[in-house]
Amino acid sequence: MHGRPRKPQKPEEEEASAAEAAKLRPLQSQLLENHHQKNYDKEALEVSAKVLEMNPDLYTAWNYRKLAVEHYLKESPSDTESIKAILDEELRVAESALRQNVKSYGAWYHRKWILSKGHSSTDLELRLLGKFQKLDARNFHAWNYRRFVAELTNIPEEKELKYTTDMIDTNFSNYSAWHNRSALLAKLLNKKAEGYFPAEKVLNEEYELVHQAIFTDPDDQSGWFYHLWLLDQTIKSNAPSLVSSWPPHSYRVVLSRNRSLDDQTLSPSRSFHSDSETLALILYFDQPVQGVDSSSVSVKSTANLRGDLIWKPLSKCGHDAAKAWVSHLSFPQGKMNSSESYSVEVSLGSSQKITSASGFHHVKPTCFSFEVSVHLRETPIEDCGNEGIWWKDENFTSCGISPQTLPFASSDNLTIENNYAPSSSERCAEIISNEIALFRELLSETECKIGKLTLARFLMAHVATSPHANKVAQLEEVLELYQDLMKLDPTHFHYYKDEHSLVLLQKVTSTTESLFRHCYCYKDQTSPYLGSTTCVRLNNLSISRIGSVERLLWVQVLDLSHNELRSTEGLEALQLLSCLSLSNNKIGSFTALQSLRTLKSLKVLDVSYNEIGSHSIDTTRYLFSSPLSHSEEKENDLSSDKMVTDSPDLASYWEAYFLFKDLNLTQLDIEGNMISSERFKAFLVKVLPKLHWLDGKQVQ
Amino acid sequence: MTDLSPDPLIDPTTFDLIVVGTGLAESIIAAAASAAGKTVLHLDPNPYYGGHFTTLPLHDLASFLNSASVPSPPSPPSATDDALDYVSVDLQTRSLYSDVEISSYAPEVLQEHSRKFNIDLAGPRVLFCADKCIDAVLKAGVNQYLEFKSIDASYFWDETGKLVNVPGSRAAIFKDRSLSLTEKNQLMRFFKLVQQHLLPAEDNENSKISQEDLDSPFVEFLNKLRLPQKMKSIILYAISLADYDQNDTEVGKKTLLTKEGIDRLALYHTSIGRFQNAQGALLYPIYGQGELSQAFCRRAAVKGCLYVLRMPVVALLKDKSNEHYKGVRLASGQDIFSHQLVLDPCFMVPRPLNLSLESLQDVSLRDANDKVARGIYITKHSLVSDVRNCLLVYPPKALFPEQVSSVRVLQIGGNLAVCPEDMFVIYISTLCANANQGKEMVRAAINSIISLFASECSDASSVDQNINAEEKGSCLLWSASYIQESSAGQFGPVSFTPMPDGNLNYDDLMNATFELFQKMYPNEEFFPKTTSTAVHQDDDGEES
Repeated sequence: MHGRPRKPQKPEEEEASAAEAAKLRPLQSQLLENHHQKNYDKEALEVSAKVLEMNPDLYTAWNYRKLAVEHYLKESPSDTESIKAILDEELRVAESALRQNVKSYGAWYHRKWILSKGHSSTDLELRLLGKFQKLDARNFHAWNYRRFVAELTNIPEEKELKYTTDMIDTNFSNYSAWHNRSALLAKLLNKKAEGYFPAEKVLNEEYELVHQAIFTDPDDQSGWFYHLWLLDQTIKSNAPSLVSSWPPHSYRVVLSRNRSLDDQTLSPSRSFHSDSETLALILYFDQPVQGVDSSSVSVKSTANLRGDLIWKPLSKCGHDAAKAWVSHLSFPQGKMNSSESYSVEVSLGSSQKITSASGFHHVKPTCFSFEVSVHLRETPIEDCGNEGIWWKDENFTSCGISPQTLPFASSDNLTIENNYAPSSSERCAEIISNEIALFRELLSETECKIGKLTLARFLMAHVATSPHANKVAQLEEVLELYQDLMKLDPTHFHYYKDEHSLVLLQKVTSTTESLFRHCYCYKDQTSPYLGSTTCVRLNNLSISRIGSVERLLWVQVLDLSHNELRSTEGLEALQLLSCLSLSNNKIGSFTALQSLRTLKSLKVLDVSYNEIGSHSIDTTRYLFSSPLSHSEEKENDLSSDKMVTDSPDLASYWEAYFLFKDLNLTQLDIEGNMISSERFKAFLVKVLPKLHWLDGKQVQ
Repeated sequence: MTDLSPDPLIDPTTFDLIVVGTGLAESIIAAAASAAGKTVLHLDPNPYYGGHFTTLPLHDLASFLNSASVPSPPSPPSATDDALDYVSVDLQTRSLYSDVEISSYAPEVLQEHSRKFNIDLAGPRVLFCADKCIDAVLKAGVNQYLEFKSIDASYFWDETGKLVNVPGSRAAIFKDRSLSLTEKNQLMRFFKLVQQHLLPAEDNENSKISQEDLDSPFVEFLNKLRLPQKMKSIILYAISLADYDQNDTEVGKKTLLTKEGIDRLALYHTSIGRFQNAQGALLYPIYGQGELSQAFCRRAAVKGCLYVLRMPVVALLKDKSNEHYKGVRLASGQDIFSHQLVLDPCFMVPRPLNLSLESLQDVSLRDANDKVARGIYITKHSLVSDVRNCLLVYPPKALFPEQVSSVRVLQIGGNLAVCPEDMFVIYISTLCANANQGKEMVRAAINSIISLFASECSDASSVDQNINAEEKGSCLLWSASYIQESSAGQFGPVSFTPMPDGNLNYDDLMNATFELFQKMYPNEEFFPKTTSTAVHQDDDGEES
């Protein structure tokens, strides 16, 4: 059982098992013969019973017995006595098989099957379970079966909960007991059963219980698992809610064809380039949701918007649930050199169509509005591409503008959180504060990895739920904790690194001032790509994962170079992005760049000096929920682009093809990757017809 | 084991070993010698088994204490027959009990149930599931005659005058809500440190406690680990069961060393969970501690040992030619011969004649100069409601500043068949230098217990500081207190077994007994393993 090392068999044990196998073999073939002949006589049944007693894992034998039971039940007179006799015999066989191996799936399942035939005595089953659980209190088969029996015979959850308490009292390292406790409590809390409401009261008691385990032995995992479940119960908001949007509430957007605005009365950061008078409208939820469409989200405008709104989820292909949803508003073609202003009001929550993955509806009525000015000056349509942009430090100067002009200028507008965020109950905030104080105390007593991790998680929960928290100080404490953990626990380095990255990004984006430190202007304000647009540079932060995108929805130029990114997951929400640098990261394949496919306005991409092509096995592929999630690719009409599909290189570079075929890149940097070769570059030129610059050289 | 009529003649008249007295040590020696194939005669002047470890009904216990506390009149010198080649040396008994005070507050109630009491003479006493006595019980196959039950709870009298649970195990620390979370963490970390130290593996050298620490006082080691006062007291007095104040360096010699402390802690921990159906670390035999002696006697009898009860020994026989002791003269007048004699500690060989006894060697001397003050109380109340059997330790100075040693209290309820269902027997003992000191500590302990009852009965409405006689009477049905002398075992031409010590369990007694046996029979195994005595640990008979 648990914690006991396996010993190699002694010669005499080996001999014994060989002898047993020799005995088993003829019986087994006899059984198969009987099975084949549909021979269910008494002698044949005895053979199967003997086989199962010796080897409970022979599933065919269980199936044979099930057939035999069906056979006899059909044959026998329907008096309860004889039916009982048949089923009792099965229970006996299953029991003796379990004595041989308490973890035999077949035997446990057979017992379940018999019980489902309507023959059961709760007492008998519970007594048997008692015996097996005494043998091994953590045997999850027995616990599984216990849940089945409890449900079948309607044992109240309260009673089963008491049983888990008893088991935990005997040995609190019983992970199965904790697990069953969480399952039972979740049910009771959901039902709002008597004595289990309000949830905070119950949670408080549970926290107190699990503290006893954690503090008594911080090295034991089972309590920590339960504790994590409790945290989840404490902060989970069932109903999804809107946390951010583009454009933000009460913001004024200027839509123009020209990037370089000469009208200095307009703040440069407020203008957005559009070729077709369309504006991306992005909704960002706190959890992936389904059902965002023109009926669940109402968009009213003083402008006569063209066409119906089509909402698209921004997620891995094939998923219809996403945190971020986008739609494009098409404003009416105004007169040249005129400026029209429209107001737009977006509201959602009136219908119950928007639902989270766990089935909860978006219920809180939510509303925000913004203003759009459409400037359509007559300017020569530049041939974008004559000038490339160069991601050099000296090309970026600090912003001449004041932080207040950023799209989230005032703290009210930083996000729309204050308008929409769920106000978590005071008591939950209190619970979280208590936990933080407790774990600080524990860590002052003893060095404990999981204690640090838990403290970090609770601090994050505190930042998320308490509006009065000193966020920056707490985020800094969390960052320090993850730094420590990376040193203390190298096995889980990457996990800590990812968490560290997310927290770091949260810290950077938490206030206008801190994000402003990362905002720059491109030196050449006449650049067709950058103009006077604010560039956000999150380079050299050694981040390995992208987060806090809900605060970056407005970003058009983003420098993520010199980090440790392995994937661009998260960037799909940044629909306004037109220039992106990912150079000097750890991107290992084109699949890791999949999320860029949805960025229709992306023109400039720098993925130089990464690891594309260095790994013969593409592990990012398996990070996606299923290899079949790529099925969408097959449906694409490959014949649309004859020139490419005819190319013999398609087979070698199909991943690159699927990434780039939807993008309208004019500039791409790919050097410094294993995959980069003359042949590959030639292929890229074919796939990207609008490409002007490739690796700093003009495309002919 | 037949009781013989007044003057039966014992046949044969020569044995390998004669044991006088059926106390636990004598019984174990008789059983071990019989198991080793020796012919043994086991005598006892009393009509019951157990000697100083016996369990008796109330009135028998009272009359034993009353008679044992007065010196017995010297027996008339026995006639010496010059025709024989040996002389007889008259034996005298000394009184090992003194200051006996017995009171009955409800004689009629007690009379009504008189047959239901089984009171230990040497209480309070318990067994640890993993201690040497249980090992011997299993090794000798004596468990088939015995049935044990767990002691339900263990308490400690803390500085603030409250009963607190003794968190002796991981599960107990987890369950105990009176400990703060930090205290839980500190205590468990200490337990783990000790467990690490005890691991046999060579590769955990750096997790071993240093030799320097092992040889230092346990209390200093605990200080070094910065354990808070409460945890230190619990570890020292309730788990390691230290007798004397460990902070008081005046007492000096009685300081528990780290290695001893760790051994005791290890005994406590290995006891928990040794037997599937035993809760906690402690066991108590149903029908009382006297059952243990009797069980070993039964084992000895099965192996051929001859038992004669109600048979006093009046004299030792000494060879005229070489001065060697060679047998005993019974009260019946019969002379029985053996070269090995083991005697109950209450016997004295008269001074002028025992020159050759000067060569006696003490066996496992430990605090043998101390006296043990004992108290026995029968009540209708339990120390803690809903708990029938429990242990309580008052650490030194807990009751009053002059309390020099730990006072230990054991409550046994009717479910262990020692008293009627609705009553409890409370045993108290403490080591003391003199009778007054000992009596005072026992008295203070029972008064503290009575005030516990009072606070529990009257729901703390009016707890009087001074409990008057009337109240006392309403709480107590019967009480006895006495002072018992200590004496170590001695090996020599005539060997003596030790008196019951002040410990809770029998480990020191078992060591002394084992040593005595080894000295008597250097080439014999102590209960050799035979097929007939092979015993499984999880034998159902071990626990009820």
